[in-house]
Amino acid sequence: MAGVAAHHDHDHKPYRGWVRWVYSTNHKDIGTLYLIFAIVAGIIGGFMSVMMRWELAEPGIQIFHGFASMVYGVEGDSALDAGKHMYNVFTTMHGLIMIFFMVMPALIGGFANWMVPIMIGAPDMAFPRMNNISFWLLPPALILLLMSLFVPGPAGGWGIGGGWTMYPPFATSGQPGPAMDLAILSVHIAGASSILGAINFITTIFNMRAPGMTLHKMPLFAWSVLITAFLLLLSLPVLAGGITMLLTDRNFGTAFFAPEAGGDPILFQHLFWFFGHPEVYILILPGFGIVSHIVSTFSKKPIFGYLGMAYAMVAIGVVGFVVWAHHMYTTGLSLDTQRYFTFATMVIAVPTGVKIFSWIATMWGGSITFKSPMLWAIGFIFMFTVGGVTGVQLANAGLDRMYHDTYYVVAHFHYVMSLGAMFAIFAAWYYWFPKMTGYMYSPVIADTHFWVTFIGVNLIFFPQHFLGLAGMPRRYIDYPDAFAGWNMVSSYGSYIAAFAVFIFLFGVFEAFSKKRIAGANPWGEGATTLEWQLSSPPPFHQWEQLPRIK
Amino acid sequence: MRRILASAGAAATFFATAAQAAQPTPWQTGFQPAATGMMEQITWFEHYTLWFIIPITLLVLVLLAYCIVRFRAAANPNASRTSHNTLIEVIWTVGPVVILLFLAVPSFQLLTAQYSPPEEAKLTVKATGNQWNWDYEYQVDEPLSFNSALLADEDRAEAGKEDHAAYPRLLAVDNEMVVPVGTLVRVLVTASDVIHAFAMPSFGVKTDAVPGRINEIWFKADKEGLYYGQCSELCGKDHAFMPIAVRVVSDGQYATWLEAAKSDLTGANKALMAEIEGTSKVAAAGN
Repeated sequence: MAGVAAHHDHDHKPYRGWVRWVYSTNHKDIGTLYLIFAIVAGIIGGFMSVMMRWELAEPGIQIFHGFASMVYGVEGDSALDAGKHMYNVFTTMHGLIMIFFMVMPALIGGFANWMVPIMIGAPDMAFPRMNNISFWLLPPALILLLMSLFVPGPAGGWGIGGGWTMYPPFATSGQPGPAMDLAILSVHIAGASSILGAINFITTIFNMRAPGMTLHKMPLFAWSVLITAFLLLLSLPVLAGGITMLLTDRNFGTAFFAPEAGGDPILFQHLFWFFGHPEVYILILPGFGIVSHIVSTFSKKPIFGYLGMAYAMVAIGVVGFVVWAHHMYTTGLSLDTQRYFTFATMVIAVPTGVKIFSWIATMWGGSITFKSPMLWAIGFIFMFTVGGVTGVQLANAGLDRMYHDTYYVVAHFHYVMSLGAMFAIFAAWYYWFPKMTGYMYSPVIADTHFWVTFIGVNLIFFPQHFLGLAGMPRRYIDYPDAFAGWNMVSSYGSYIAAFAVFIFLFGVFEAFSKKRIAGANPWGEGATTLEWQLSSPPPFHQWEQLPRIK
Repeated sequence: MRRILASAGAAATFFATAAQAAQPTPWQTGFQPAATGMMEQITWFEHYTLWFIIPITLLVLVLLAYCIVRFRAAANPNASRTSHNTLIEVIWTVGPVVILLFLAVPSFQLLTAQYSPPEEAKLTVKATGNQWNWDYEYQVDEPLSFNSALLADEDRAEAGKEDHAAYPRLLAVDNEMVVPVGTLVRVLVTASDVIHAFAMPSFGVKTDAVPGRINEIWFKADKEGLYYGQCSELCGKDHAFMPIAVRVVSDGQYATWLEAAKSDLTGANKALMAEIEGTSKVAAAGN
């Protein structure tokens, strides 16, 4: 009956209770669900990383044999073996969860769902029901992945421990138990969710912009999400194909990747990285868009070189599809192949440089206030530069020979992801929190959150450059004693960063309990995009009168 | 005078050998010391890239700091409205291209050098990765093959490897690969079960050990010594426990070892260790 009543209610008031969330077709409600989901997944993935750093704080195996014994009820040598595998499971899960269930849901499902329709002057997404299924595919995917932790993987171990890259034969004959099948199914479902989301964003952005908003007047965040959606649409089916072949190799007697039957393990790596490399741009491009808006807002200046910024992202997206084998320099690629991928990879530094310098030029001549979102955005620009320049080193096949599969790579991609994408997420969180909730966060807590995180993550990841140069390989539960010093520093950094998560959660709690009214536009004249013309929080359906863009 | 020089030379050799630990050291912040010409080139190129990336990072830091100080709201209450400057946009597009060219030329030279061994290999060893140890097969008349696995603590005494500095935890193995100094050695790398990776940081080599494929690397070690590497592709629970150790010895020592190893590997290894230790003791005594 409620449904019928609502159908005749032209104000389209939200349903009450759980129906509002489970049946939701409202982009803002679905965005909120995505953000909550990302926070939960981020806490799980973060917990795993702290456990790994705790394990690596000193040479020797510290905690994982005991942990395995606690979780799986094994004793003695079996506990040691289960523990060693469990460490690999944690590295694998940390990667999969942070990528598929934290960063992507937060940036694309969360902030893009919330803000892109508002920013382009649309009442909602193009396919509201598809938006609902996009979200509701994710919890089952995460549950499947977490279930894999408790079913057998290799002999004597539980869960999948092949890394997020899932290279066969270790992902096929190496781990015959059902854990890998659950994980493959999980990634399939998460991938389907993302493909549906991508279709939705592309349709929305192409067809539902307000009158007068040409593509070249569209806010950069919408640009970044449009490009991200194309990357998703083109790359995820390749991953789906690859892991389906993995699945049939495991269960139905095919031999795509089994050398003993004429298959090729390297084929999987090509398929995986054809998805995997665009994927890293999927994770960072929305952050680029967000940082542009924040830098512009708090500098009280329009974005410098808007067209250059937009087409730099297009260039990154396009070139991002033709550089995948730089993840595979040591697999035995021919000399010419390595030459090509070295060259193509270095090209990406050019549009990335354009973005960094354009952000600085946006600040140049501005009247800058250092509200919390701006702190995160400036932190992003510098940390992303650090991760970017080590990326230029890694592009060189001859030099990557030394870096490949060492902590240097771990440091590099955490500087662009954990200190890049994560900083962009927190920048967006504080930037749009007043808009989404109507309440102002506590600036003291938000700034403390920034500084503690900043110190923590740099302590974690900067020393890992040194470990990588010294030759410490990735995904090691134990290391030669000479690596002890920097590992200890890195682990302490991890405890500090973990503490910062509690500051963040407290800040959210505090803002909701104090209920400081934020007002429609708390950021002043610099905030020029359409969302600041609406009330905070925005009405359940916005732009019933379409805005006109001059 | 000649005696002094001779002993100084011997001492230098000794210290050179001692310095050729070729294993990581505490609080290390750079590459391990190079033991091949190739690794020297790689080290040079790494330092060369630092001359570009550190100044670029500092430039960004300085520009950000300048903006933060000079254009803070208190210092600059009225924001400019500038949002275009074609010249500067061209500069920051072309500038990085030029910098990349400066990087690309030596980078391509280095890459090409890695695939251009200066001479024919005089020794070929096939390395097969297993979960979780290595098989080495010497491609010589009457082929020699043996397994090389992590040295267990309880086996240290019997193997005569109680010195934790020379035989570190997680790096020391039971049977090292033994190769002659100054000789171009080819290693054919493959695997029997899952993917592993053969890595030797001080030689500047790393390649995946892929089942069904053979990857080829080469090195020419300049100095005698014991060198350590570790498996560098996630291969299962004991991924961290399958190190790679290469002992570089003189031609004569190698020939003696190879002959003896065909019948008694353990004995040949012990004899080799005793001889190396004897040589360095003589050098130390001459000091």
